[in-house]
Amino acid sequence: MSEEQIKNPGTERSRSLEKQFEARIARDEKIEPKDWMPEKYRKTHIRQMSQHAHSEIVGMLPEGNWITRAPSLRRKVALLAKVQDEAGHGLYLYSATETLGISRDEMYEQLHTGKAKYSSIFNYPTVTWADMGAIGWLVDGAAIINQVPLCNTSYGPYARAMIRVCKEESFHQRQGYEIMMKLANGTPEQKEMAQDALNRWWWPSLMMLGPTDAESIHTEQSMKWKLKRKSNDDLRQQFIDQTVPQADLIGLTIPDPDLKWNEERQSYDFGDIDWDEFWQVVKGHGPMNKERMKARVGAWEEGEWVRDAAMAYADKKQERKEKQVV
Amino acid sequence: MSKNWPLWEIFVRSKNGLEHRHFGSLHAADAEMALVNARDVYTRRNEGVSIWVVESKNIIASNPEHNGEMFEPAQDKVYRHPTFYDLPDEVKHM
Repeated sequence: MSEEQIKNPGTERSRSLEKQFEARIARDEKIEPKDWMPEKYRKTHIRQMSQHAHSEIVGMLPEGNWITRAPSLRRKVALLAKVQDEAGHGLYLYSATETLGISRDEMYEQLHTGKAKYSSIFNYPTVTWADMGAIGWLVDGAAIINQVPLCNTSYGPYARAMIRVCKEESFHQRQGYEIMMKLANGTPEQKEMAQDALNRWWWPSLMMLGPTDAESIHTEQSMKWKLKRKSNDDLRQQFIDQTVPQADLIGLTIPDPDLKWNEERQSYDFGDIDWDEFWQVVKGHGPMNKERMKARVGAWEEGEWVRDAAMAYADKKQERKEKQVV
Repeated sequence: MSKNWPLWEIFVRSKNGLEHRHFGSLHAADAEMALVNARDVYTRRNEGVSIWVVESKNIIASNPEHNGEMFEPAQDKVYRHPTFYDLPDEVKHM
């Protein structure tokens, strides 16, 4: 035995467990809830998965804003179904996160007190109907690029939840693009409305893929754990290359004067992103941060009596059943 | 008051002829609510024809740390597999 092993057998044991653990992930084995895992793995997953869940839940608010004012029944049922999917996605992800030993209540508490973050994109307002198109097309488009690699992530419950999410997400993007297409082919006012929505959502959508690689603190470890397969900058480039032709196709203009096809790279060059704006929104100073939290906390608090009544009813029914048995 | 809704595990049979498979979990006040919530959370696109809900606390799970004692005894019993037995080539299908 080495001197260190004698002095500190616990550390030595956990180091060897950790090595075995990393080797399992490198072999593409999945980690399941009751398996041994390093504390840092557990914590990182709780953070990322719960923030992902929070983003789905808060993400219902900007679109929920337009359900009652959708321009036709077709649009209304589609938007309603999309928002309901987002609630579902939040629930898949919350229950997957609970397998790591954090309760649903703790997660809500972290969201409601501002301790946990959610995607900064939802702190922008939805001022016209065209924003429903832009969100589906761009925000869900960027989300898909982020989420597809997660279907192969190392933590089993997260990977399974993501497979279900990804299957449902493609309808979201298509319904958004269809809205944009219809508006872009409509009256001059409608086309202007679509262009205005693209102008407002383009840059926040690029920011949504995360800070530049140079500033991203979690990348290296996350790559190892397959919480990430590509860097933020690579994902962003992929999103731009895929989206620009879609804008061209419906006659809308990407609001970036520096955007240019680079023959050599076979990719688009693009202009500088205003990262100050991104950090301002992350820190809580976006146009809708306060409003979103107010709506979310309000919904939770106003629902309390309903949750309590349902529990009281269930308890009473149970008691009655037990009495009958006696 | 504030007593939290318990957690339920959801099992869905995607079509007749297939077994119920674990789909995930959710919170609900009682079994009846767990069933209707499971309908909305896990079968929005015709994913199921039958749902089972079981309160999570009623599930007893084996401990992966004891996987050795638990599952290794099966590993050295190759005679449980058909390929263990040598047959002449003339016997084509058995």
